[in-house]
Amino acid sequence: MSEREVILAISGLQTEFKSRGGSVRAVRDLNFNIAAGQTLALVGESGSGKSVTSLAIMGLLPQAGYIAAGSVLYKNRRGEQLDLVNQSAAQMRQIRGAEIAMIFQEPMTSLNPLFSIGDQIGEMLLLHTDLDATARAAKVIEMLELVEIPAAASRYHDYPHELSGGMRQRVMIAMAMILKPALLIADEPTTALDVTIQAQILDLMRRLQKELNMAILFITHDMGVVAEMADEVAVMYAGEIVEQAPVQQLFMRPSHPYTQGLLKSIPGAGGITRSEDGRLQAIPGSIPMLNAMPKGCSFGPRCAGFVSGCQDSVELAVTEPLHWVRCSEIGVNAHV
Amino acid sequence: MSEAFISVKNLSKGFTTSKGVVQAVRDVSFDIPRGSITGLVGESGSGKTTLGRAMLRLIEPSAGSISFDGIDLLDLDERQMRKMRKRMQIIFQDPYSSLNPRMRVLEILSEALIAHDIGANSTERKAICISLLEEVGLAAEHINRFPHEFSGGQRQRIGIARALAVEPDFLVADESVSALDVSVQAQILNLLRDLCTKRNLTMLFIAHDLSVVEYLCDQIIVLYLGRPVEIGSAEQVYQRSAHPYTQALLSAAPIPDPSKKRSRVVLKGDIPSPYNPPSGCAFRSRCQYAIADCGTELPVAVEVANRHFSFCKRTEIII
Ligand SMILES: Nc1ncnc2c1ncn2[C@@H]1O[C@H](COP(=O)(O)OP(=O)(O)OP(=O)(O)O)[C@@H](O)[C@H]1O
Ligand SMILES: Nc1ncnc2c1ncn2[C@@H]1O[C@H](COP(=O)(O)OP(=O)(O)OP(=O)(O)O)[C@@H](O)[C@H]1O
Ligand code: SF4
Ligand SMILES: [Mg+2]
Ligand SMILES: [Mg+2]
Repeated sequence: MSEREVILAISGLQTEFKSRGGSVRAVRDLNFNIAAGQTLALVGESGSGKSVTSLAIMGLLPQAGYIAAGSVLYKNRRGEQLDLVNQSAAQMRQIRGAEIAMIFQEPMTSLNPLFSIGDQIGEMLLLHTDLDATARAAKVIEMLELVEIPAAASRYHDYPHELSGGMRQRVMIAMAMILKPALLIADEPTTALDVTIQAQILDLMRRLQKELNMAILFITHDMGVVAEMADEVAVMYAGEIVEQAPVQQLFMRPSHPYTQGLLKSIPGAGGITRSEDGRLQAIPGSIPMLNAMPKGCSFGPRCAGFVSGCQDSVELAVTEPLHWVRCSEIGVNAHV
Repeated sequence: MSEAFISVKNLSKGFTTSKGVVQAVRDVSFDIPRGSITGLVGESGSGKTTLGRAMLRLIEPSAGSISFDGIDLLDLDERQMRKMRKRMQIIFQDPYSSLNPRMRVLEILSEALIAHDIGANSTERKAICISLLEEVGLAAEHINRFPHEFSGGQRQRIGIARALAVEPDFLVADESVSALDVSVQAQILNLLRDLCTKRNLTMLFIAHDLSVVEYLCDQIIVLYLGRPVEIGSAEQVYQRSAHPYTQALLSAAPIPDPSKKRSRVVLKGDIPSPYNPPSGCAFRSRCQYAIADCGTELPVAVEVANRHFSFCKRTEIII
């Protein structure tokens, strides 16, 4: 792999929520880089902190949330290095949209029910370009066509509730892409879509990525999509990265017991996973509560390989070039 | 096959908008045997949610009939329908907009229990709520939280818990696991399966993830622009799919293996406008087998195997 320009470098990121019983830590000691033109997939258990991570990067954490430590270095189009953690609200607004765009997990939370979809997408152009109304409308329709909204011109004046779930998601994608961002953060962008549209959207994202040399942080739980889109994969569990590797290596040699369980839970395709009684193989138990984290490895209580040493703190360790795992059992072996 | 618990006949639903009428569901008929799961798959905008909601009369069908355990639902007045609702529940596609942001989980679940007279007092209801949360893989401590304090997948599970709270006979699950990671998804799918067996629950499972549907469902209906294009058992539809659209759908699913690149049946052409669908077979504008004949009349159901139907004129060439 040739050296590419890193445009997003996250280090030591820690995100907390104020709650009744004090603060809880949703994301701990997070480190990763994304280079221009590359896709990092963030996968992991529901509730593990993927969306919180993306919101922290964008400066969009909900009221109770705040960044307790760490930095989010972003290299903008002019080549300046900015720490997004200490930008003003006005600076962040400028960066969002023009530099970094985000597609949210639940489209209805970010579409305004009172405005037509055409106007909402056009708003991005109004805020960030000098185009006149006619040119904006033309661009919006072009974008709606690009995301395969049928009869795009006639849908321009539709309100969000008049669209199917998948169409709303495509409207979100159109809104995110219209300013040709340098970094796209996509939180489950195709989860609401059927596979034929998903295939088209993934193609579209790849095409735009190539054209614009765009970096993508792709949050998804669909390992099929990961296999198709990612250059590198980071697996999160209970607020931290437990494994990170180039995509081929992760699928070929998943090393963390959680990653192994995750890959075995996929229904269908490849190594199918039904036990004798026809049930899917699931990882027993559930992710710990943020205010009741186990000691040491956070996956310990659910891990088949648990030994008492797992209660000591565990660091990410290298198992092979570019492949990191947070498991004391594997870490130990990797060092010998 | 056992007797139909739910029987949908010639169901249609159109929406009138400023630009004309969208025929979201067009003349759909099928049966669901008691205790079984029917999967509804199809492109975004094909009418899955509309069909699911119309079956529960959450929106009024434009035409057709729905028989539920021998009762014709469209004959019921509002009061009778309200009573009926206890027996039929829906898990909504968008968990965020269907959970009241100002209510705690306990209140959200209790509300459902109270509405249907379940649990003698608040202590009893709380206990039921906790066991429901645990059933869907959340914890007792989650009970005092508000919806926005959960992740997307966790919210989805609250929606599932609320639907299960009233112990329905029939459940419409609209994209209920698509927001979940695969390991939690596996837990929920196992749970839904168990419920169908243990409680004899009948289910309409709407999804676009084909591998999930294959695993879970007994029968599968593939919709395209409001009409079924293929109906059959999970095995028939997956192993021996007969309709060109189903075949394209199956080949578009991504494979969880980065070293494999699958050869896709790439669908050419745009998705037609639902305001103005193609005449005859609605799929013909994107179908590689289409001939002039496909535009003249609606394809009728061809039984390609026992109870396996494909709505395609050229079935004999395709299979
Ligand atoms: N506003 C909030 N207040 C308190 N806790 C929160 C809040 N928002 C999220 N959390 C908690 O932070 C953790 C991480 O949530 P996040 O939404 O990042 O999960 P996720 O990995 O995106 O999961 P999913 O795959 O289900 O979307 C969860 O335990 C969640 O309950
Ligand atoms: N209230 C409404 N007013 C006008 N049109 C509507 C309304 N609800 C749905 N539609 C239209 O009906 C069609 C079917 O929508 P529906 O939501 O049933 O699709 P779906 O198959 O559930 O799609 P998805 O997979 O994206 O959720 C779409 O063209 C949609 O735009
Ligand atoms: S009826 Fe014609 S257009 Fe429709 S699926 Fe069959 S071959 Fe294709
Ligand atoms: Mg999320
Ligand atoms: Mg829907």
